[in-house]
Amino acid sequence: MIHIPRWQAIAIVSLCFIGIIFSLPNLFGRKTMETLPNWIPHRQVSLGLDLQGGSYILLEVDLDRALAEYTDSLLEEIRGVLREKQIAFTNLSVENGSVAIALRDVAQASAAREAIRTITASSGITEPSIGKILVRPSEAEITARKKQIVDQSVEIVRRRVDETGTKESSIQRQGDRRVIVELPGYDDPQRMKELIGKTAKLTFHLVEEPGTPGTKILDSEEAGGGKYTINRRIIVSGENLTDAQPTYVDGQPVVSFRFDSTGARRFGDATQKNVHRFLAIVLDDKVISAPTIREPILGGSGIISGHFTPQSASDLALLLRAGALPAPLKVLEERTVGPGLGADSIAAGTVACLIGYGLIALLMVIGYGLFGIFANIALLLNLAFTLAIMALLGATLTLPGIAGIVLGLAMAVDANVLIFERMREEVRFGRSPFPAVDNAFQRAYVTILDSNVTTLIAAIILYILGTGAVRGFAVTLAIGIAASMFTAVTVSRFMVVSWLVWRRPAELPL
Amino acid sequence: MFRPIQLIDKVPSLDFFRWHRACFALSIILCAISVISLATRGLSYGVDFAGGILIEAKTSGPADIAELRGKLGALNLGDVSLTSFGAPDVVLIRVQQSSEATEGTEMKAVEQVRSALGAGVEYRRVEVVGPRVGAELVIKGALAIALSLVGIMLYMAIRYGWRAGLTGVIAILHDCLTTVGLFSVTGMQFDLNVVAAVVAIAGFSINDTVVIDDRIRENLRKYKRMDFRDLINQSVNETMARTLVTNGLVLLAVLALVLFGGPVLFSFSIAMLWGVVLGTYSTIYVAAPLEWYISGRGRHMHGSHEAEPA
Repeated sequence: MIHIPRWQAIAIVSLCFIGIIFSLPNLFGRKTMETLPNWIPHRQVSLGLDLQGGSYILLEVDLDRALAEYTDSLLEEIRGVLREKQIAFTNLSVENGSVAIALRDVAQASAAREAIRTITASSGITEPSIGKILVRPSEAEITARKKQIVDQSVEIVRRRVDETGTKESSIQRQGDRRVIVELPGYDDPQRMKELIGKTAKLTFHLVEEPGTPGTKILDSEEAGGGKYTINRRIIVSGENLTDAQPTYVDGQPVVSFRFDSTGARRFGDATQKNVHRFLAIVLDDKVISAPTIREPILGGSGIISGHFTPQSASDLALLLRAGALPAPLKVLEERTVGPGLGADSIAAGTVACLIGYGLIALLMVIGYGLFGIFANIALLLNLAFTLAIMALLGATLTLPGIAGIVLGLAMAVDANVLIFERMREEVRFGRSPFPAVDNAFQRAYVTILDSNVTTLIAAIILYILGTGAVRGFAVTLAIGIAASMFTAVTVSRFMVVSWLVWRRPAELPL
Repeated sequence: MFRPIQLIDKVPSLDFFRWHRACFALSIILCAISVISLATRGLSYGVDFAGGILIEAKTSGPADIAELRGKLGALNLGDVSLTSFGAPDVVLIRVQQSSEATEGTEMKAVEQVRSALGAGVEYRRVEVVGPRVGAELVIKGALAIALSLVGIMLYMAIRYGWRAGLTGVIAILHDCLTTVGLFSVTGMQFDLNVVAAVVAIAGFSINDTVVIDDRIRENLRKYKRMDFRDLINQSVNETMARTLVTNGLVLLAVLALVLFGGPVLFSFSIAMLWGVVLGTYSTIYVAAPLEWYISGRGRHMHGSHEAEPA
């Protein structure tokens, strides 16, 4: 005689209700949900970019370039400290990622090392030959610097994306040098890539006569093209900006900016000393414009004029507000799905799901009669649980994910097929209904467990190694299989046993 | 209530060993064709793996593929292929750049294609995969398949002993290899979704093997003196009804995906269809007889000597 204790019955029924309630929000549109009272669960399964449309952009931080810049700045610092201590050198350069110093006077070696120690950790300072000092940034410094660069890049990308007003965007770090940008509903990735990909390093320099020492030659972005010779020394840079806005001067689009107090002081000093000279405004190693300094600019604000369109002026203002990237970003991968294809995919997935379910349900009833109906109820519950668990976990439903649901349904029904076939065997063996049902569930349980675990292993590995939409397949398959252990075994046993206790049939309707 | 229809109303007594040599031969031939095709023809990788550009564009009115091909060909971007996709006004454009292409040139190429197509085109899908990411995805995909095989084998070995684990993995390898082989022989595009299908096929195929192994184990306890070969046969026969019903239902679900799942899922669904049919065959005609050979024709299965549970 099998019997299901009352507390178990209550637990099973209430769990099913919870599953149904939490899956219900998915039946309604987002708009309808907002009108419903607050006590009803609102969480819906979030749709992947392939279903709702949107852009996925994978970027890589050019760390090598950033580290080279880091070594360059270390070199400049060393130059400064050696000059300060009046230690003369014949050569100062970067060799394989280290700063190499050739001293004029060998006797000053220990003084030089002492001076450099004030800048960087002493472990990185070596003296391979007499009078030659190598300074290598320590691994710890490099690692810390890399992390800082990537963190900063993520932050700057986030600010830029937020500035465009894109909603529900997600910006994540991946691995040690990659950034994933996901923009649901955004279908103009071209502009976004341009915005994200620009380093936007703004600097102000004085223009010098060609051939002056300590200068470099840069291309001009002005209408006529050409080149400028500018002083390497940065008067003030974009880091000191507090605000930038697009505006118009004489009908031409320009960008107005405001410096913080440090920036304003430096800018004021430089313009005061260099009236009538040319000031080069440099963005990412290109001269935007080089106006004449007509009078000292002491107020801390100014205007960048140049070869702008209204769009490019507003983009530049946005970039300056968000800040410069510490290192260039490269686009490695981009996937954009338009809203049309997304809607088509949802429609196709839903139709395939309904037809798949309909066919399975029909055949289960033809093959197993009343018990088939029980199995179908369990199957619907399985679908409800899959959606509810996905909504609660915040998992994303993708198009392959819908395929996973369809296959998960087929897997879930396998448990019931195993059980019902076993019942038939038990009946053939001559057992009466109660022991037949009891044995069938007990025996089949082990088989179901083993067969589900093997598929679950495959799904989990696919989840760990999979990317993007394929992960969605692993998620729905895994959740569907896990849920089937409850719905197809516990719930259908509850239904079958309850029916047996109620009707006490002389033989099973199989 | 009506009487349910029973597909098989009594346990069949088919001899699955009767054809096992022919089946082994057939399987070996299928695997050999797959390996040879993979070695000589390789796989026609989709954008996911090969890198490059894939654009699904919807033109206003039926697309003039020849004209578009001319326009895009003039850009000299590399290998450009255009196919009609699902509907007459939807074109799938694939640009495969030379192997020296870098991330930067790919991004530029997208802009060039966009400006060549002009306005009035709806971009339903744009995928740009840089060469490095493509290569990484190949490694990840291969790793996913390999690790799931190892994981399944370990689980099988723990639950049913190493012989069952080995048999199971040979059967899965057979299913996965011939599925990949099918894509190589037909030249269908092999992309990330197909990798997902291959891993799913491994899961489904082993599922059938587990059910039969479970029955073999049970029968080993039940029939202490039965010849192992007869016992395997009996176990396959006893589970035949379930095998047919379940795989029939899975097949229906997959058919629904093939017919209604839309063009994006098509390659996935085709792989699943082939895998399910082949998985059923390999479980019955390859794995079961193989179990007998690997067991040295003796009665071996982990756990079969435990006392029968009450």
